[in-house]
Amino acid sequence: MSLPSNIGSKRLVVGAHYGLADWLAQRFTAVVMACYSVLLLAVFFWMHDFTYNGWAGLFNTQWVKVATFVTLLSLFYHVWVGMRDIWMDYIKPASLRMVFQALTIVWLLGCAGYALQILWSV
Amino acid sequence: MSDLTSNDKKIYRNIGISDLGHYRLPAAGVVSILHRISGAGMFLFLPFLLYLFKKSVTSEISFSIFRGFMGHWYIKLVVLGLIWAFLHHLIAGVRHLFMDAHHLLEKESGRNSALAVMGLSIVISAIAGLKLFGAF
Repeated sequence: MSLPSNIGSKRLVVGAHYGLADWLAQRFTAVVMACYSVLLLAVFFWMHDFTYNGWAGLFNTQWVKVATFVTLLSLFYHVWVGMRDIWMDYIKPASLRMVFQALTIVWLLGCAGYALQILWSV
Repeated sequence: MSDLTSNDKKIYRNIGISDLGHYRLPAAGVVSILHRISGAGMFLFLPFLLYLFKKSVTSEISFSIFRGFMGHWYIKLVVLGLIWAFLHHLIAGVRHLFMDAHHLLEKESGRNSALAVMGLSIVISAIAGLKLFGAF
């Protein structure tokens, strides 16, 4: 019995290809957020200044600002992949699913604008 | 000779919403669904978190407004819920990365690590909650 000729590297690849890329991006952005969270908390408790100046001063430093920026972008990408997974798993009618996905994008872009405005006002 | 194919045991394939009540989810399954719920919850509360962040960093005055806002017990409760969601999502996520690297995939280790995730996130949340409600 011969094997089918369309398996392994010879398989017919169709579709949008975003499955593996987004799966990987979800992991990568998760690692970015985890490292940032642990580092920020460590620095905050290490500085031992729990006043306004201690807290806001953290985000005044250039490298913390950039790290926060990168983490926020990672967060929004990560949330998009996760929420899209949830809608794909539970919302079966394609039209309704598209509405939820569209609203998710609007929600996240709104949050991103708000977040970046806050970050650069410190 | 007994007929083994026609036993009374119920077979679950794709379970429906009505089966959820009596389906005993294993610990790893509980961690998995809580990972989703905590993630979706943080998604919905994103503007609230950003609002808190804005108040806390913008100015000395907004910082005192932030402190006053955080004085309400119901706000503390919501924030505590979000702290748990963050911790559970983070720790369950680390477990997920281990599983991506082919660890913790056996029945026993999967169950134990799932229980550890739930225990750790609840214990750290409890400490944060005690601090939040002024126990120390």
